[in-house]
Amino acid sequence: MSPRALVLAEGLSLWGGMDPATGELIDTHHPQRGVNLTGRVVVMPSARGSSSSASVLAEAVRVGTAPAAFVMSEPDLILAIGSAVAEELYGKAVPVVVLAPVEVAAIRDGAEVRIGPGGVIRTA
Amino acid sequence: MRLVVRGAEVTGASRLIDVTRAHVDSCLYHGEASLDFVRRLVEGHARVSIPTTLNVGAVDLLHPELYRGDPRRAERGRLLMDRYRSLGARPTFTCAPYQLADARPSFGEQVAWGESNAIAFCNSVLGARTNRYGDFLDIACAITGRAPDAGLHRTDQRRATVVLRLAADIPGTLRDADVLFPVLGIVLGRRAGSAVAAIDGLGGGQPEDRLKALGAAAASSGSVAMFHVVGSTPEAPSLDDALQHRTPERVELIHLAELRAVRDELSTATGERLGAVSLGTPHASLAELERYAGMLGDGAVHPDVECLISTGRDTLAQAPDVARRLRAAGVELLVDTCSYITPILRRTDRPVMTDSGKWAYYAPGNIGAQVVFGSSAECIRSAVAGRIVRNDTVWGGL
Repeated sequence: MSPRALVLAEGLSLWGGMDPATGELIDTHHPQRGVNLTGRVVVMPSARGSSSSASVLAEAVRVGTAPAAFVMSEPDLILAIGSAVAEELYGKAVPVVVLAPVEVAAIRDGAEVRIGPGGVIRTA
Repeated sequence: MRLVVRGAEVTGASRLIDVTRAHVDSCLYHGEASLDFVRRLVEGHARVSIPTTLNVGAVDLLHPELYRGDPRRAERGRLLMDRYRSLGARPTFTCAPYQLADARPSFGEQVAWGESNAIAFCNSVLGARTNRYGDFLDIACAITGRAPDAGLHRTDQRRATVVLRLAADIPGTLRDADVLFPVLGIVLGRRAGSAVAAIDGLGGGQPEDRLKALGAAAASSGSVAMFHVVGSTPEAPSLDDALQHRTPERVELIHLAELRAVRDELSTATGERLGAVSLGTPHASLAELERYAGMLGDGAVHPDVECLISTGRDTLAQAPDVARRLRAAGVELLVDTCSYITPILRRTDRPVMTDSGKWAYYAPGNIGAQVVFGSSAECIRSAVAGRIVRNDTVWGGL
């Protein structure tokens, strides 16, 4: 089965925002505090905040709590580098897909999302 | 170099440029992935090729007795700090490298900095040029001396596209109060996101410590890597300069009600109960240490309350007299780390008061602390009284 979308109402900084031990969203200012990101395709307008998020992503991949992918409307260098390092160290990347805002907005929470080699996504 | 090239691909850069300095955030332990990565660098005999400062780590190497967490995690954190030092980086262990006279980039200098508050300060207040270099890429740039030619390295990308104007209902006393700046920073981060914004309506020549507090909060609530404060930051002598003589995409007003609401939101606790006061996020400058000591005067920290100020080891070394006065009054001075990223505070079962927007923003999630946000003066007065003491006159008494 394909991973399911988790649509976040606001952007998230993984550092201070996700506990890599559990995959849980821990940012007390985020409306969706308490949801679990593990194995989900995290859909958000943009990433946010700390430059430590790359480390948190690599650590989450190591522990097995990482999201399946990110879908955002702006590229994010910090998540992309975290993903590249996770691939280098642990052989597993977390794709970061950038789509037009209107396409990001069209993804429904809970929808199945397939990500192809070129980063194309299909939702069911 | 593979990581630097990957960075160029993501940012759409067509070439790499030379950078002259780096500030590396990767030395804070986030788990074994942190050590797995640096081990690769050490095994490959990598060395930094440009002057490189290090951000905070997980432990205070000079005062290790302040650490109250899992000793194994402290040991791993210490090992990571040591590994980065062995790559040739300078063991500054501060989130405020811009306070070090010999590490501070000059106007227009191309650098590769990590740590969100340092990035915002570097671009905005110093007029030096860096993108948001996250962990791993920061040290990759330090080793190669190269960075992708994209984003804020380029003049046109430094243009303000958003104007945030303080509305007429914000009183002059609040416009000139230190406590405004962290609150305004949270608003800036929310309104601007990752865009470059110009703040209009503050008096000119704002001191660095206020701009530090503004940028640190903005880089917590948003992805702010650069902002302009008209009349204070070097690329914004006028609003028209900040806009690079073009039309902004949007102009928005900030009203008093929004500032008050954000100030209230930064506190997660109410009442008078107080367990600790945490100051110095980002690391206190020499001027701030002197200001805190001045506010304490002859007073001393209440025995039931812990009062902690985080600062850089180099700043502390420059200020032995102030440090002695603060310690004599019962203040603990923490270096190399910060009290919201690592278990330092003795008691977080009662609310912790802070004057930092960044600390207030992250501490509830990171260390589970209940937070009360207030001005520096309110924090010091509360530390002495042993309970939360407020003075809201600057906010119009509400």
